[in-house]
Amino acid sequence: MNHDAYPDNYIRGILNSVKSIAMVGASPVNVRPSYFAFKYLAQRGYDMIPVNPGHVGKELLGKPFVASLSDIDRPVDMIDIFRNSSHIMPVVEEALTLDPLPKVIWMQLGARDDAAALKAESVGIKVVMNRCPKIEYGRLSSEISWMGVNSRTLSSKRPPAPTQGMRLSLNRMSVGGGETAASDRAAKNKTEQS
Amino acid sequence: MSDRLPGFSTLAVHAGAQPDPTTGARATPIYQTTSFVFNDADHAASLFGLQAFGNIYTRIGNPTNAVLEERVAALEGGTAALAVASGHAAQVVVLQQLLQPGDEFIAARKLYGGSINQFTHAFKSFGWNVVWADPDDIASFERAVTPRTKAIFIESIANPAGSITDIEAISTVARKAGVPLIVDNTLASPYLIRPIDHGADIVVHSLTKFLGGHGNSLGGIIVDAGTFDWSTGGKYPMLSEPRPEYHGIRLQETFGNFAFAIACRVLGLRDLGPALSPFNAFMILTGIETLPLRMQKHCDNAKAVAEFLAGHPAVAAVNYAGLASDKYNQLARKYAPKGAGAVFTFSLKGGYDAGVSLVSKLQLFSHLANVGDTRSLVIHPASTTHSQLDDAAKVKSGAGPDVVRLSIGIEDKEDLIADLEQALGA
Repeated sequence: MNHDAYPDNYIRGILNSVKSIAMVGASPVNVRPSYFAFKYLAQRGYDMIPVNPGHVGKELLGKPFVASLSDIDRPVDMIDIFRNSSHIMPVVEEALTLDPLPKVIWMQLGARDDAAALKAESVGIKVVMNRCPKIEYGRLSSEISWMGVNSRTLSSKRPPAPTQGMRLSLNRMSVGGGETAASDRAAKNKTEQS
Repeated sequence: MSDRLPGFSTLAVHAGAQPDPTTGARATPIYQTTSFVFNDADHAASLFGLQAFGNIYTRIGNPTNAVLEERVAALEGGTAALAVASGHAAQVVVLQQLLQPGDEFIAARKLYGGSINQFTHAFKSFGWNVVWADPDDIASFERAVTPRTKAIFIESIANPAGSITDIEAISTVARKAGVPLIVDNTLASPYLIRPIDHGADIVVHSLTKFLGGHGNSLGGIIVDAGTFDWSTGGKYPMLSEPRPEYHGIRLQETFGNFAFAIACRVLGLRDLGPALSPFNAFMILTGIETLPLRMQKHCDNAKAVAEFLAGHPAVAAVNYAGLASDKYNQLARKYAPKGAGAVFTFSLKGGYDAGVSLVSKLQLFSHLANVGDTRSLVIHPASTTHSQLDDAAKVKSGAGPDVVRLSIGIEDKEDLIADLEQALGA
């Protein structure tokens, strides 16, 4: 997989198929990005599981925190990692011990570990790095266009009236395979420098 | 659901727009409302905390304006955009995110006279210090860089003489200095030049000109290329530091490659207030649908008129980058192969008086202070748009006393040439 630019169909396929998402590093602090990504994905109907050893015994929006991936009592389709790049590898290694294996490992905006990605991909797990599932869901459904963001999708179909908490169609026509050439190039240059 | 790249004209018609979910209306509705009802208290709190996508109040965002924003972002190849009340408003909002009092920005000397004024006087009173550089001398930009430099500002096709700026060369200077390159793309429009493809980090427009295109509605827009890393070195605290008014969120961390557009919206537009009327957004959107058709006709007409003037005995010189003999022709071939725009200047052998006489005798050309209208326009910059500059600055910016500026419309070129011929000859 080329991790500098993902085709929209790749991201769309993931968000259309996964049902349960374990969020590693989910924060109960309501101004942290992990909190609002968690809340948004829960409202869109995903079965969300907050993973954070510092908050075991508490709940996030009604979902009990677990200490680690191995403490989850049901199969997990996707692991969404809200940790810095330097903390990715141990999480991926733990994910690879799960049975059944997760289908997707997703690393948040700013997070990228190519070695960890390779490890996961070698056992058939799909990997996304340096993206936010909330932003991608909002972009592909065009919901994010309410903030002037370039969704890079077009549609002549009448969409359903948006209401809070409903699943939105992600199946709009993509513009140029989901790449925003200039910004992807910049992200790649940044990664290569560091 | 195929992943194919639609062409520019398809984006000009479709990007950002979809049938209205409630009524099925196919044209973008004008959401002429100040405010939007919340679902419940939690929804309201999520919107105010920037945790959910949605509408609150038209000073911060409006669904009609959002269609315009996405469309221009798509046409420019950016990640997001923010529409504001005018091109001038776009410039204030952009620099407010980048500069603290005492900071500097470097600007090309060849700019719209109103921008020169805004930078020299209004921005100086904010403590934002402009340092001028010569777009024909790239080294002058390098020499102007100091530790307080926060941005570089240029026009892709520069007012008033239609000169072409070497965007790539200046973007190299900006990258080396670690500052974003802001390009005012008003006179080119994305149909002729897409500055982001050449290294721009931020693009601004007066939508009033070719994008709206009909001389009926003011507007401005800011496009975020998503290319600049705002997090390094604490140089851009508006983006990299926790925002107290949003409970400590960091915009770059939260919004990634469209954080600049969000900063312009939730810090700039929210606090400074230059919101675009949804009605104007609708008018401009309608204009953009025909941008590719109009822009080509503007350029083709401009070239024909420039060629006519270059061969006229009363004319001393024509500055149009589309002419093979022009000093900017090489740059025009590189950056604007479809056409060198439709705004240019020429000077008359009879000097100032001949210019005044010409303007008064023209029958089709309108004498007014705008460019990028369907109608052809004429003005004498030295006495109008550039009148607040001193004589030396007028000449440096290409608006000397003998110079007349034209903005060529989409009429029949034969009629424009005939009008100029009678006004020059009689």
